[in-house]
Amino acid sequence: MNVFGKRKIFVPFVVVGDPDYDTSKKIIMKMIDEGADMLELGFAFSDPVADGPTIQLADKRALDNDACVDSSFRMIQEIRKYSRIPISLLIYSNLVHRRGIDNFYADAHNAGVDYVLVADVPIEEAGPFLDAARNHGVDTVFIISQTTTYERISLILKNVSGYIYLVSILGVTGARKGVSHDTLDLVRKVTEKTDVPVLVGFGVSEPAHAQKIVTAGADGVIVGSAIVRIIEKNLDDKKKIVDEIGKFVREMKEAVKRATQKY
Amino acid sequence: MKIDTRFGKYGGMFVPETLMPALEELERAYVKLKDDKGFKKELHGLLENYAGRPTPLYFAGNLSCKYGCRIYLKREDLVHTGAHKINNTLGQGLLAKYMGKTRLIAETGAGQHGVATAAVGALLGIRTYIFMGTLDIERQKLNVFRMKLCGAEVVPVASGAGTLKDAVNEALRDWIANVRDTYYVLGSVVGPHPYPMIVRDFQRVIGEETKKQIMDVEGRLPDAIVACVGGGSNSIGMFFKFLSDDVKLYGVEAAGLGMDTNKHGASLCRGEPGILHGSLSYILQDKDGQINEAYSISAGLDYPGVGPEHSALKDAGRVEYVGITDKEALSAFKELSLLEGIIPALESAHAVAYALKVAKKMKKEDIIIVNLSGRGDKDMEHVMRVMK
Repeated sequence: MNVFGKRKIFVPFVVVGDPDYDTSKKIIMKMIDEGADMLELGFAFSDPVADGPTIQLADKRALDNDACVDSSFRMIQEIRKYSRIPISLLIYSNLVHRRGIDNFYADAHNAGVDYVLVADVPIEEAGPFLDAARNHGVDTVFIISQTTTYERISLILKNVSGYIYLVSILGVTGARKGVSHDTLDLVRKVTEKTDVPVLVGFGVSEPAHAQKIVTAGADGVIVGSAIVRIIEKNLDDKKKIVDEIGKFVREMKEAVKRATQKY
Repeated sequence: MKIDTRFGKYGGMFVPETLMPALEELERAYVKLKDDKGFKKELHGLLENYAGRPTPLYFAGNLSCKYGCRIYLKREDLVHTGAHKINNTLGQGLLAKYMGKTRLIAETGAGQHGVATAAVGALLGIRTYIFMGTLDIERQKLNVFRMKLCGAEVVPVASGAGTLKDAVNEALRDWIANVRDTYYVLGSVVGPHPYPMIVRDFQRVIGEETKKQIMDVEGRLPDAIVACVGGGSNSIGMFFKFLSDDVKLYGVEAAGLGMDTNKHGASLCRGEPGILHGSLSYILQDKDGQINEAYSISAGLDYPGVGPEHSALKDAGRVEYVGITDKEALSAFKELSLLEGIIPALESAHAVAYALKVAKKMKKEDIIIVNLSGRGDKDMEHVMRVMK
């Protein structure tokens, strides 16, 4: 499925099962209803080293409410009955390794997953993951960050089949105040080099950030912590969580759309 | 990478992309400096005059008499800051200095690696931040104070169980955010390549000295060597020089409340291969691959992973990995204090306990060497509470 093209896309991220299975399902459906172009779904992990405190707590809430790899795949199957929206997984390597790398990608494909990004698998370790993804028709996603050298960027672009997840800041996930010039420079640098779609994430939390980033040439933005924070703040009011996230997704989508028109 | 990143199938570099260039830089610097005359001379000087190497290989006469074979203790407990950790922090601290890094970070569990890093930070004049779980901060107050006295900032980590695993996570996150000016002083032979190799190389001095010393006094190699294994740095440091010799090697893990309970730290004896903190190795995990909490009376052994080289040595059958419970460790802790007047760290007491088991089956002239990796001062409060 090709979600990319001339238009710019907005991709919300949540952890599957956060804060619990049923609410998580409602949140995801709502995000689809409000115009998300693609979903990025995290599978909860006990030791998420690439994540800041907001997503760490989301993982913990999901795990405390019995989220597991099976239940997360089941959620994706249920979403698939509802929508053909592209789904991208964000996961840590041990969950994939434990299931058997090939089995994991087979299950991902069967559940209806389009893309998989393994957060702690750099291109050097990617061999078996790339093979399994190819075998089962799942597209791969790799991260390029501000520290990635030219040599590494070329190597990554040669191997990636889905899109580039461009990490906009030096650091772990989490909402930040603004968008730095370094981020925009990196967007220009990478988009000039390749036709592979480039999505920007980590630290993107406001409509204004999204506009700047897509105007610089990115194909879209991924927003996680800002959404997960809405869950964290309203744990005693599940309905409010769903409503507020719906509103946020609508605003972000509008901002990205406006930037597309200007662009 | 210029060097093989694996030990057999174990090891590798399972880290977020942001850290890859830093690991490449570290490998480059290490390959260049490890044979550099100036670097070697400076490190050697510090090991000798600052840390107090070589450490003695002590013939424990009273233990030997009671247990019926010749028992030697490699006295890493006598080195500066009280444990073998300083061998590694001096090496990595110098690496950081030569690489022009202006900030040191480290994780610590029992606090020994934190103290050893803080000392080196003070010595070299580099700002130092130590990540430590909140539970460990509570359990190891004295070491926290020692770190602060040396000018380090101790950063409490409240996530997870507030122990070593969580401290490593947080140190990695800090490194991701500050990778350009920061050097991560990893405390054991764990983590992504090149750390397991670098830390082992800085700890190899233990086994190298031991081999020379035992040849000098006994004129032959020992029959067995015993060392405790948390992450596995003191044991690999001791074993490495003996790997191709005809010497039995025993790595002692924390069996905690018992190997068949879920309260232990025996990654090699009870874990399965998986990926934690950047490398593929034996780890304690559930059926999904979530990491389990480890447990031990000793804060230095309650880590759910282990160095990848140990995993390879286990599969190859070269080292026998075994477990010692809290209770057995505590009783060895008392036995060594009573018979020799040497109070071991609780970690090292695990090695002593297993050595005494092995000793009973040996002949009078057989030789066992125990790596006494640290001294027990840090454990006084804890042991006082437990012994009540």
